Amino acid sequence: MAQKQEDWAAIARNPKFIEIHKRKTAFLFGWWIFSTVYYFLLPIGAGAAPGFFSIKVIGTINVGYLFALSQFFVSWAIAIYYASWATRVSDRLTNELIDELKLR
Amino acid sequence: MRRFALLIALALSLGVVIMSFAPNVSLAGPEGALASAITAQAKAATPTKVEANRTITIAMFLVIIAITLGVVVWAASRTKTTADFYAARGAITGTQNGWAIAGDYMSAASFLGIAGLISLYGYDGFMYSVGWLVAYVTVLLIVAEPCRNAGKFTMGDILSFRSNPKPVRAAAAISTVAVSTFYLTAQMVGAGKLMELLIGIPFKFAISGVGALMIVYVVFGGMIATTWVQIIKAGLLMTGATVLCVMVAAKAGFNPVQFFSDVATNPQIKDWVQIQLLKDAIPKEGFDYGQRFLEPGLLLKDVWDQISLGMALVLGTAGMPHILMRFFTVPTAQAARKSVIIAMFIIGTFYILTTLLGFGSAINVSPQIIYAVDKGGNMANMLLAQMLGNQIAPFLGDFLLAFLCAVAFATILAVVSGLVLAASAAISHDIYVNIIKGGHADQSEQIRAARITSLIVGFVAVVIGIAAERQNVAHLVALAFAVASSGNLPVVVLSLFWRRFNTAGIVAGLLIGTIVSIGLVLVSPNMIYPKVVAAGAQKIVTALETKEKGGAVLTEQEKAELVKAKAQYQENKDGTSSMGLDKPWFPLKNPGIVSIPVGFLAAIIFALIFRSKKEEDAFDELYVRQNTGVGVAKAIQH
Repeated sequence: MAQKQEDWAAIARNPKFIEIHKRKTAFLFGWWIFSTVYYFLLPIGAGAAPGFFSIKVIGTINVGYLFALSQFFVSWAIAIYYASWATRVSDRLTNELIDELKLR
Repeated sequence: MRRFALLIALALSLGVVIMSFAPNVSLAGPEGALASAITAQAKAATPTKVEANRTITIAMFLVIIAITLGVVVWAASRTKTTADFYAARGAITGTQNGWAIAGDYMSAASFLGIAGLISLYGYDGFMYSVGWLVAYVTVLLIVAEPCRNAGKFTMGDILSFRSNPKPVRAAAAISTVAVSTFYLTAQMVGAGKLMELLIGIPFKFAISGVGALMIVYVVFGGMIATTWVQIIKAGLLMTGATVLCVMVAAKAGFNPVQFFSDVATNPQIKDWVQIQLLKDAIPKEGFDYGQRFLEPGLLLKDVWDQISLGMALVLGTAGMPHILMRFFTVPTAQAARKSVIIAMFIIGTFYILTTLLGFGSAINVSPQIIYAVDKGGNMANMLLAQMLGNQIAPFLGDFLLAFLCAVAFATILAVVSGLVLAASAAISHDIYVNIIKGGHADQSEQIRAARITSLIVGFVAVVIGIAAERQNVAHLVALAFAVASSGNLPVVVLSLFWRRFNTAGIVAGLLIGTIVSIGLVLVSPNMIYPKVVAAGAQKIVTALETKEKGGAVLTEQEKAELVKAKAQYQENKDGTSSMGLDKPWFPLKNPGIVSIPVGFLAAIIFALIFRSKKEEDAFDELYVRQNTGVGVAKAIQH
């Protein structure tokens, strides 16, 4: 890469970068695991507890339908929450780090 | 520039010629046999078939072709460098890219197939669609932003950041081409069949026409044209789905409770579930067959297969080269994030609308008719549009059907263009420029290589598509996701997040993940097993012969069935699958549950055996850059 060689190892040891790394890792992998577990409950539940999925909630609409529908809303909610978290936390910290080290 | 315009005009007239001559050929040629067989079959069972008004439909196709070629002319004038060609010079906005991702991702299978599954199997069809959206949580949280920050044009760029570029790029190109070819073949064959079914354009003509357009888009307009074709397609798709949904919802008075009650109390659906799905000749006392349609287990019976498919979707989407490539078209990680979120809303809304369309066609058209027209249910939306439109005015029925045909057409074009671009980028950027030329090629040579490669890839796709006409291609989409999730995703994630990862791990992970996925599919129930077919035929023969011996007189239809089953038995009783097997060796249709862990393990074990100090030291640079985006702007100009 034809550009000014930064001291990458030094940046990686910067306490602010370590904080970014820790908070991002916890947030991203944590919510990813939550989303994945929630998703796999759908096929597992349909296979293991079809009776539960068949319980009617409103009219003929049953637990299974609402649970499948909820998958969409949970995914969207995670997406929106992540966007707001990233603006408040990771983007802010990253900009602070860039300003501090004059990386731009 | 004038040369481009000339070629585009040529392609346009070629398209027109193909389309306008199609009807005659379809009546005369042997290709017409299949179409008329389908028609005859539909007639025998019910009076309904899909019959698009050819004039309106072709007029709409021409409008789409004209608009997209206009986009190509505009894009061609702006495609001067490789950054323009592969990444639309990183100037696509987050919102635009969100629509383009949705357009890149939602194939004709999503548009027609899932609604069809819902209309035939109810709840399970809906459950099947969920994974296609949830997959984007992985894209959003794990790969989109790091890829934007660490990549340039291809997956090979990300993987070779700190590793030995030649073997890594070669392996990345192999798996990219494999994924793209599988997916592209499935799309091309689907496109051919669809055009044949909808407006009677013969298979070979349809594939050649789609192929010619896709080549023009990619060769002349590169990523800029591909992006806009995808945006236009996503807009058309959402418009079509929304209009149809409003019409369906209006029938239930915009009341969801009423709508689902209409499903559960529909006599034809009850009949369908009882006789066709549950095979109860006499209804069970007190069993609510209509309500059963809203419960799981009518289609997806094997939980392990579903978990395996779910894993391939959740991890495979994030490893699809044509999806990864979309993140290089936006300027920043923030724009990449925004684009995934917008894509998630579009795709999610689309699948929720699809539920209404699927159940709506079951209520209004009936599963029996949908199945009679196409056993996969692919014509459900089309039949629904025609019927609901006709109820208002005959012209509207024709118009709506023609519009949906045009949407399906645009859908195919957008998806295949994205795939051709991804495969061409891997061959020209990774293999030609960076391996053969060692990275020393000037802009004009690089862009020429990119264009020639796209032309060849597109041409080969057409040839493979035509050759695969009579092949079973349904498993190819599952295979593409399996390779992407077992080969690509593990090495992309480990490269970005694991210090000790290295060249050996990348090459081993990519190759072993890819080979194991392909190998498992080859010995899975996706393949045709003649002995299994023969056993099925034998059952029919036994049943009918027993009936005959019992003194019953067989109907004409049963006699024909008996002859057919006997012939089928004779033909298949000594055969083996293409791998020489009598029955599937691997029990699941989707290999992900085995191949994904194997891909990860191979990558990790080889990385630990062949440690590389140099690559571990370079991790800091990659990790800082993928997190902060430092150096991105410079990397684009580099």
